[in-house]
Amino acid sequence: MTEKLRLVEAVRDTLFAEMARDDSVVVYGQDVGRNGGVFRATQGLLDEYPNRVYDAPVAEAGIVGLGVGLGVYGFTPVPEIEFSGFMHQAFHQIQQHVSRLRSRTRGELNCPMTIRAPYGGGIHALEHHSESFEAGYAHTPGLKVVVPSTPADAKGLLTSSIRDPDPVVFFEPTRLYRSFREEMPEGEYTVPLGEADVVREGDDVTVVAWGAMRHRVLDAAENVDANVEVVDPRSIVPLDTETVLESVRKTGRCVVVHEAPKTGGMAAEITARINDRALYYLEAPVQRVTGYDVPYPLFAREDDYVPDEDRIRRGIERALPE
Amino acid sequence: MPRETAYELSIDHVQVLESDGSVDAELEPDLSEDDLLEMYWTMKRSRRLDERAIALQRRGELGTYAPATGQEAAQVGSAHALADEDWMVTSFRETPAYLARGTPPHMLLWYAMGMEEGSATTRESRNMPPSIPVGSQALHGAGLGWAQEIADEDAASLVYFGDGATSEGDVYEATNLAGVFGSHTVFLCQNNQYAISVPRAKQTRAETLAQKAAAAGIEGVQVDGNDVLGTYAVVRDALESAREGDPVFVEALTYRRSLHTTSDDPSVYRQEEEEEEWEARDPLTRFETYLRNRDTLDDDRIADIEASIEDDLREEIRLGNEGREAVDVEEMFEYAYETPIPEVERQRAAFRGEDRD
Ligand SMILES: Cc1ncc(C[n+]2csc(CCOP(=O)(O)OP(=O)(O)O)c2C)c(N)n1
Repeated sequence: MTEKLRLVEAVRDTLFAEMARDDSVVVYGQDVGRNGGVFRATQGLLDEYPNRVYDAPVAEAGIVGLGVGLGVYGFTPVPEIEFSGFMHQAFHQIQQHVSRLRSRTRGELNCPMTIRAPYGGGIHALEHHSESFEAGYAHTPGLKVVVPSTPADAKGLLTSSIRDPDPVVFFEPTRLYRSFREEMPEGEYTVPLGEADVVREGDDVTVVAWGAMRHRVLDAAENVDANVEVVDPRSIVPLDTETVLESVRKTGRCVVVHEAPKTGGMAAEITARINDRALYYLEAPVQRVTGYDVPYPLFAREDDYVPDEDRIRRGIERALPE
Repeated sequence: MPRETAYELSIDHVQVLESDGSVDAELEPDLSEDDLLEMYWTMKRSRRLDERAIALQRRGELGTYAPATGQEAAQVGSAHALADEDWMVTSFRETPAYLARGTPPHMLLWYAMGMEEGSATTRESRNMPPSIPVGSQALHGAGLGWAQEIADEDAASLVYFGDGATSEGDVYEATNLAGVFGSHTVFLCQNNQYAISVPRAKQTRAETLAQKAAAAGIEGVQVDGNDVLGTYAVVRDALESAREGDPVFVEALTYRRSLHTTSDDPSVYRQEEEEEEWEARDPLTRFETYLRNRDTLDDDRIADIEASIEDDLREEIRLGNEGREAVDVEEMFEYAYETPIPEVERQRAAFRGEDRD
């Protein structure tokens, strides 16, 4: 019998497994030790690996910057940033050092770091705890950017990320941490980075979505008068453009859904790739259903900011024939 | 060649009011009965508001709330030293300080209810809104203090942050820049012993946090932060110095007696013995004993104060709920820019359902 796990438990399980497999893996970050992480993603790790799990001071630039040193030395740092909203404090390290160490040393040095951080809204959190800034990291060459949407994907993608020789930003959707359980694939399980999942097949319209939005899209797909194909790219960088294009060539219509603001978001990039390589297959303009171009509101207004089923359904309908 | 001492460092520790309520008469600040009662009232009101807020959160009416229980003296003592023209720059645990500066509780509740209405502030109040990214606000305090220096204003800025914040680069940069620019800034570090689960000893190997001032070349001093009179006196002096362009770093030694926030469980990382030890050093009990000893308070007066706080908070919670029910979601489009920009207006129209997304 395989176990049914929540997403946060899948992350924890994977950390245990990778630390057991590879003794170069070092887990550290704010409150990850004794407290087991503010979301409990590292619970129990410290007891099992007292010399490879560390509580860190409140210093994101330090946490990521130290990881460059650890990585170069030969460790595999897996730091946790408590909330991705506070990764901005480390953004200069990520953008100026982590992402380009390999290219500036002509492949001689690398930083095999996996920076884990909760991302996205939906848990009525404080300011700066709910934004999605994946486009900012995607705009930083040299990084891989991964967003799992299910417990099994969390396991498969985190395993691949930790084993990847390049730095990976691994965004865990907070809203999904404890929202449902899923049966886990047994034993060793990896999902390659850069391979989208066609979650639902259909021929009328393609909807691309990741993180918590994938599940909202699936709900919305049940309630529109069309046969919706849902593609979850699972990694933003590398983006499985081929699978998206293949789907769009079949359906002729596309909607991209994300929580981040519209302007400069990943939907714009995906739309551009479709325009580049599948424009003549399109029977309607690609639609975007996104957060608004206003600061992510405190939670009294949050439900109206993040795309809900209704907005997603209307977005799909706009892509369909009149 | 023998080594010589290049620089010697020592940090003063100040205490006026002892745990048992006795006082160092020489250091005792000259505060009026009204001042003392006001400070007492604010401390008690804040603690009671914490209790009510936690209960509201447990009932699902509030989001995450960070209680300041145990830190009332550090905050009320310091905030009481502020003049009206001084600026206050806060972190996310400054309920007592806001109350001392006249912010009504229902606004603090609104913020915890997820409403920007609660962090709205007026320029006249000279209060900055709460800052959630740890330590980031220290630079704003240094900047306000710099502005006061440039403008040659006889005023200062007081910035609050925790022990954990001292590990952030922003806090070091703030103290250093304040020193360079002669900012009128007092940095008030509430060392409440924990940054969520991480104890002070794991935050830094430094013996005191006040000594962090030394690297920036500004004065550092430590005070018993559970001693409201000592905190008041030290911060009053620090503000005087800051007004002259000499910033000061004050470490107030205190203890967070409650949860980090409503989503925290301190039993995972804290021992009961430690909690009991600090209970005996509680800032409110100590102050109450002092006030009883000098006949400012007795049982009857305390009962009156408690009753007035209950009435007040009942009304404030009512105002809080009333505001929540009246919240206008569309206002999120209102304040992103001063002059509406076309794309955001298009999105607002779509939100209203007037137009398509
Ligand atoms: C930049 C940043 N990193 C992480 C967090 C998450 N976080 C919230 S409070 C906290 C600990 C802060 O400790 P301290 O500065 O001692 O203040 P206290 O909470 O004890 O008042 C952390 C890590 C945050 N809010 N901001």
